[in-house]
Amino acid sequence: MSENDLTAFEPLLSDEEVKKVVRGPLPPGDYYLFGSDACVEGAILAGCRYYAGYPITPASEIMERSAQRMPQVGGRFIQMEDEISSACSLIGASWAGKKALTATSGPGFSLMMEAVSFAIMSETPFVIVNVQRPGPGQGYINSSQEDVMQARWGHHGGGSLIALAPASVQEMYDFTIAAFNYAEEWRVPVILLADETVAHMREKLTVPPKTAVRVFNRVKPQDLKISPADFLPYDPLAGKTPPMPAWGDGYHVNVVGLVHHPDGNISKYSPEMHLACVSRIYQKIEDHAEEIAQIEGLHLEGCRNLVVAYGSTTRSAIEAVLDLRSQGWSDLGFLRFKTLWPLPEKKIRSLVGQVENVFFPEMNMGYFVHPLKEALRDRVKQFVSIPSLGQLHSPDQIIAKIKEVTGK
Amino acid sequence: MKRYEIRIAGFGGQGVVTIGKIAGVAAALYDKKNAVQTQSYGPESRGGACKVELVLSDGEIHYPKVRSADVLVALSQTAQDIYLKDLRAGGLLIVDPLTVLKDPPRQDIKIVKVPTAEIAVEVGNKKFQNLVALGALCQLTGVISQEALEKSIAENVPPKTLTQNLEAFKKGIEYVRK
Repeated sequence: MSENDLTAFEPLLSDEEVKKVVRGPLPPGDYYLFGSDACVEGAILAGCRYYAGYPITPASEIMERSAQRMPQVGGRFIQMEDEISSACSLIGASWAGKKALTATSGPGFSLMMEAVSFAIMSETPFVIVNVQRPGPGQGYINSSQEDVMQARWGHHGGGSLIALAPASVQEMYDFTIAAFNYAEEWRVPVILLADETVAHMREKLTVPPKTAVRVFNRVKPQDLKISPADFLPYDPLAGKTPPMPAWGDGYHVNVVGLVHHPDGNISKYSPEMHLACVSRIYQKIEDHAEEIAQIEGLHLEGCRNLVVAYGSTTRSAIEAVLDLRSQGWSDLGFLRFKTLWPLPEKKIRSLVGQVENVFFPEMNMGYFVHPLKEALRDRVKQFVSIPSLGQLHSPDQIIAKIKEVTGK
Repeated sequence: MKRYEIRIAGFGGQGVVTIGKIAGVAAALYDKKNAVQTQSYGPESRGGACKVELVLSDGEIHYPKVRSADVLVALSQTAQDIYLKDLRAGGLLIVDPLTVLKDPPRQDIKIVKVPTAEIAVEVGNKKFQNLVALGALCQLTGVISQEALEKSIAENVPPKTLTQNLEAFKKGIEYVRK
């Protein structure tokens, strides 16, 4: 199939449907879309032209939309034999110069961890969407935020990565674009930590004019006028990451998962080289946490009781906060993580002063409250986790806990 | 309009998710309101309590699901049994009397009975009962304009069945207008 042969799947469509086919990113305008569909459209706008995956509830709709859309935009779609090969094939696609996407859920996400680790070491950009479902095991198929720590710590070995948590259909679009930009800019696998609620929600999506969207493409050695003879594949030079050539660009392309020298050589091993190699790929993310991470607050001035949330629970939490504030709870504030990893301790501490109680609704047994405890170690009297499994918290559930703890 | 919450429930296959989507498109794209639509998922979406929820507002919608429904459309007995408790006092219950046989054990709500399946058969097929229900919902609540819904129906049903779907929708409106 040639790059421009976009008609391969069209015999399956009626003439009416063929007329409606959009051969490129969605044009600017308003749409009423499923969260999963918005994610794929964001990926396409960001320049993603490769999807490999294996279906799993509740992430399969992202795969379905990709199967339909990738051929229409000149991309490739492959259903792989499992999640291990899906994630590994993203590594290959990425080194062939393409932006690559897969989507999965809990059990599949576990299988992808080896490839995530390899991608961190080899500084391979791609995006994995984890539409979280409850675990452990097969758990169930409804909503969850139980993989929030796995996203950061699930892969073996050191290194770091970036994870985002969308809360609306618009954010499924916007954050997918941001995820690709992060991946390309920092040469790192990026996790979009969605959940069943936001992936299976329909809402208005506004596609902005193309000029209003920032799309970042990886820096190649030829962009920096580096000759193939002078190119060291893992030397960041003065920048954040090393420039990344694709196979066929004429450069020495070295995709290596072992500890390596900036020239890609593994046989020069020494503990010093080891520290230099791994600390660089760790610090390129962690030292820029304040620049990378996005958090937002509301009513934090003079706040004594703070509600914190991320992902879909943001929407229950903010509703609970606004409800209580309208009843006179003027000391109630709200903090939301748009990105989860890396954690921006300075940003958090600049927004949150001394508070009595932190209330943290999560669709898990209370996981992300731990890094927050570390960041706010001397600022908070009491952390109160509000767990929910299998369903999004109702605002009333959060309100009841706040009233119970404060005795008001 | 402040927050307005609609829940539609019935057997899997009755098309409740389809009319939820049609109503969402109508409200969001043509009536220019904010509209969040969610639906039941998993094994429960195949039994008698398959549900779709639509939250409408002129302002921003935070919590995407029903807190206290303004209207419940129940097309199965199970749907009424399970979801009645979330209907607010003074709320509206629309039921199909042929499938919902028991009267609801509540005095604080308004009940309208619409034989959706029977009306749909007049149009040609019982399948169109969801559109009859949508017509009744449109007329009784007035929260989404008929014009917007008709545009959305045209966009979201198979072209071959558009005439029948529109007819079913209009019959639903007429039935409750009487």
